[in-house]
Amino acid sequence: MELRKNYFADQRKDDLHEIGQPRPRSDSPGHVTGKTAYFADRNFPGMLHLKMVRSPHHHARIRSIDTSEAEKHPGVVKVLTAKDVPHNVYTILILIQIGPEDETVLADGKVRWKGEAVVAVLAETERAAQEAAAKVKVDYEVLPAVFDMEEALKPGAPLVNEYHGQNYYLYDSGECRKVRFGDVEAGFAGADHVLEQTYQSSPIEHAPTETTGCIVAPEGNDRFTCYTNTQAMFFTLDNASIILQMPGNKLHFVGGTVGGGFGGKVDVIVEPIAILGAKLTGRPVSFIYSREEEMQISSPRAAEKVVIKDGVMNDGRIVARKVTGYTDAGAYSRHSPYGAQKGAGHYPGPYTIPNVWIDTYCVYTNRTPSSAMRGFGVTIGDFALEVQMDKLARLIGMDPLEFRFINAYRDGDMKAHRQPTEGAALIECMQEASRAANWPVAEKYLSMSSYPKGA
Amino acid sequence: MAIRRGRGVAAINYPTGMNLGGDPTQALVHSTPTGNFMVTLSSVDLGQGMKQIMAQICAETIGVPTDRVVVDTADTDTGPHCMGTFASRGTHRAGNAVIQAAREARQVMLEVAAEELEVNASDLETDGEGNILVKGAPQKSISIFDVALSAHFKRGRSISGRGMFLIPRSYPEKETGAMKPSTCYAHACTVAEVEVDDETGEVTVLTVKNVFEIGRALNPKMVEQQLVGGSWMGISHALYETTEPYYPNRDHGGTDFNQYLMPGPGDLAQTEIIVLERPSADGPYGAKGPGEMCANPQIPAVANAVFDAVGVRIDTLPITPERILRALKTQADAPN
Repeated sequence: MELRKNYFADQRKDDLHEIGQPRPRSDSPGHVTGKTAYFADRNFPGMLHLKMVRSPHHHARIRSIDTSEAEKHPGVVKVLTAKDVPHNVYTILILIQIGPEDETVLADGKVRWKGEAVVAVLAETERAAQEAAAKVKVDYEVLPAVFDMEEALKPGAPLVNEYHGQNYYLYDSGECRKVRFGDVEAGFAGADHVLEQTYQSSPIEHAPTETTGCIVAPEGNDRFTCYTNTQAMFFTLDNASIILQMPGNKLHFVGGTVGGGFGGKVDVIVEPIAILGAKLTGRPVSFIYSREEEMQISSPRAAEKVVIKDGVMNDGRIVARKVTGYTDAGAYSRHSPYGAQKGAGHYPGPYTIPNVWIDTYCVYTNRTPSSAMRGFGVTIGDFALEVQMDKLARLIGMDPLEFRFINAYRDGDMKAHRQPTEGAALIECMQEASRAANWPVAEKYLSMSSYPKGA
Repeated sequence: MAIRRGRGVAAINYPTGMNLGGDPTQALVHSTPTGNFMVTLSSVDLGQGMKQIMAQICAETIGVPTDRVVVDTADTDTGPHCMGTFASRGTHRAGNAVIQAAREARQVMLEVAAEELEVNASDLETDGEGNILVKGAPQKSISIFDVALSAHFKRGRSISGRGMFLIPRSYPEKETGAMKPSTCYAHACTVAEVEVDDETGEVTVLTVKNVFEIGRALNPKMVEQQLVGGSWMGISHALYETTEPYYPNRDHGGTDFNQYLMPGPGDLAQTEIIVLERPSADGPYGAKGPGEMCANPQIPAVANAVFDAVGVRIDTLPITPERILRALKTQADAPN
C-alpha cells in the first residue's frame, strides 16, 4: 500500500502522534496462536443443543405438527413450536419504526421459504437433537411459489407474505422510494443518444469462517447471559426483549471477537429461540449454525436488478439518468427495505447529472430472506452504474476514464437528493489511477480538482 | 482458441454510516489510578481491528501512547449503547464518540496537572509519551502517572469522560426523495487487467490497481489489510460467488466451501493499493469508512475488462465461464 500524501495536503494535519501510525494490532498474537476466544469456545455443564426442523417446501400451509415421537427420543429435553414463542411475529427494524412485523421465529400455519424453521428440538447432544428433529412429522399442503421478482410483481402472482398484502414493501412514498430531480423526459428528448440497459445480480453468501451462533446460560438470578457472535449487541438485546416479552434487564449479551461478519450477523435469529429454550428448560443452550445452514439458511446478500436509462451528449455530458432498482428481499423484510432505500440515496452515482429519476423497490419472493451484507444497496448499484458508464463512453467514441472525468461530481454540485456535494475526491482517485495503470488521459483532466484550490 | 487480454475501469463513491443516519453510538473513557486508560464500548470487533483503532484514537486525543489504552467492548451490562458494527460505521461513529469522551477525560487530567504545577490548564500540553508539559517551559512537567495518582488519592477527581455520536435521522421527502443519505463519502477508482480464454470462458484477473480515498488512514497497516481483503472479495463477487447459480431458480445452491466458489491463493491477482486522504469534516480525525467500499469497484472494473478482452458484455453477476461462452456463441451466431 502506498499513501499519496500530495493530494489534499492543504486540508490535512500530518503531525499527529498515534493517528496515522501503523501500530500492530494488539489482538493479532492471539489470532495467530489460537488463543483468541470465540463465543463457541465456552462450555457449560448440562448444556443442551438446539436443532431446527426446517421446511422442505418453498411455500406451504401447515396442516398439523406431530412432535410426539420426537419428544420420546432419548436425550430430548424439550420441543418448541410457534405457540411457545411469546411474540412470535416480529421484524428486526421495528426498533427504528420500520414495520410491519412480518416474520415468525417459528412458522405458524404457513412456511414461505424452503428451510424456514418450524420446530426447535433441544437435546443433550447434537446427534440426539438431529435424530429427534427427523422424527417430527409436519403435514404440509404445498402452495404455488414465486421466485422471480418480475413474476412476483405481476397481478395475480401468489402472495408471498400476507403481512404486507402485496409482493412489495410499502414505503411512505408508496410502492417504491423515489427521487425526482429536474426533468428526465426533457433530458432524454434533448440528448444526442439514449441508452437503456438492465443489470442483474444473484444472491451471495457472506461465507464467514465462523458460522452464526450463540450459547445461552441461565444465571442464578433469573437473568440469562447470551454469548453471541452478533455484530449488533443492543439490536439483538432489544429485539430479543420484544420477541420474548422479557424486560431488557433480564438479558445480558456478551460478544467479543467475531470470526467474520460482513453484515451476515446483524439479523436477530439464533438468540431469541436459544434464550427461550434456556428459559423453558432452566439449562444452558447452544444453537450454532452448520455450514449448510450458513450457506442456505442465513440471509444472503439480495439479488438485485437495475434498469438504467441514460441520455448522453456527444461531448460526453450525461444529461438525464433514470434508474429503476429492484431488491429481492426473499420471504421477509429483515434489512432489505432499508437496503433498497439506501440504493435510492446512492444513484445516480458520484456524477453530477441535471435530470434524475430514481425508483427503488423491495420485492418479496419465496426464497431465503436476504439482509445486510457489506455495501448492500450500493454494491450492485455500482456494478450497474459503472458498466453503464463504460457503455456510454464507447457509444459516443470517448475514452471511458475521460468520460468519467467529464461527469464527476465536485464540491458544491447539487446532488439529486438535494444535498450539495462535500468532500469530493473522485477526480483525484481517477487521476492517480490513470498514473498507476498507465491509462493515458488528456492533460486537462490531470489538472482538474474536486474543489477550488487556494480556497 | 486464444487468450485475450483486456482492461477495464470503474469509479465509485460510498456513504459512511447507516443510510439516513439516526444510528447512535456511545463510548466511555476512564483513567486508572496509575494513568492507564480504559475505553468501554459495545461495538463489536469483527476482525477489522475495532479495538486497536479505538485505542489509537483515544491515545491521540488524551495524549498518551497507544499501549497505555485498553478497549473493553461487547458486553451489554457494561458497554453503553451502540447500534452495531455494520454499514462501515464502526470507526466513524464509535471513533467520534471516543474522541468526545477522551476530550472530557483529558480536560480533567489537565486541570489536575495544572493544580499540581500551579499553572493554568490552558498553559499545558502533552508530549504524546505520557508527560504533561508547560507550553514554552517544557522543563516544568509532570507525568500522567503522577497526575492520575493525585487525581484519585489526593484531589478526588475522576479522570473520565462520556461520548456519544449521533447524526440525526433524515426522512426522505415522499415525492422528490430529498434526503441526507450520509454525511461523508469515500471514493475509489480501480483498473483491472484480465485474460479471458475464449475457448473455456475462464477469466484470470492479472492485476488490480485500486486507488482509494478514505478520509484518513488512522492506522495504515490496518487500512491495508481491509483494502487488500476487500479487493479480493470484489473479484470473488464478480467472477465466482452465488448461493443460487441459476437464480431465480433455487436449485444447486452450495452448502459448503467445496460448492460455494471463491478464489483460492492461486487465483489471486497482483494487487496494488494507493490511498488518498481528504479528511471528512465530521470523521474522527477525518476518517471515513473504507471497509464496505473497498469490495465494490473491482466488480464493474472486471466486467468492463472482460468486454475489452473478448467483446461481450456480461450484465449478470457472477460472470461465469458459461455466461461468457454463451455470449460469445450468440455473438458469433449473429448475422453481420
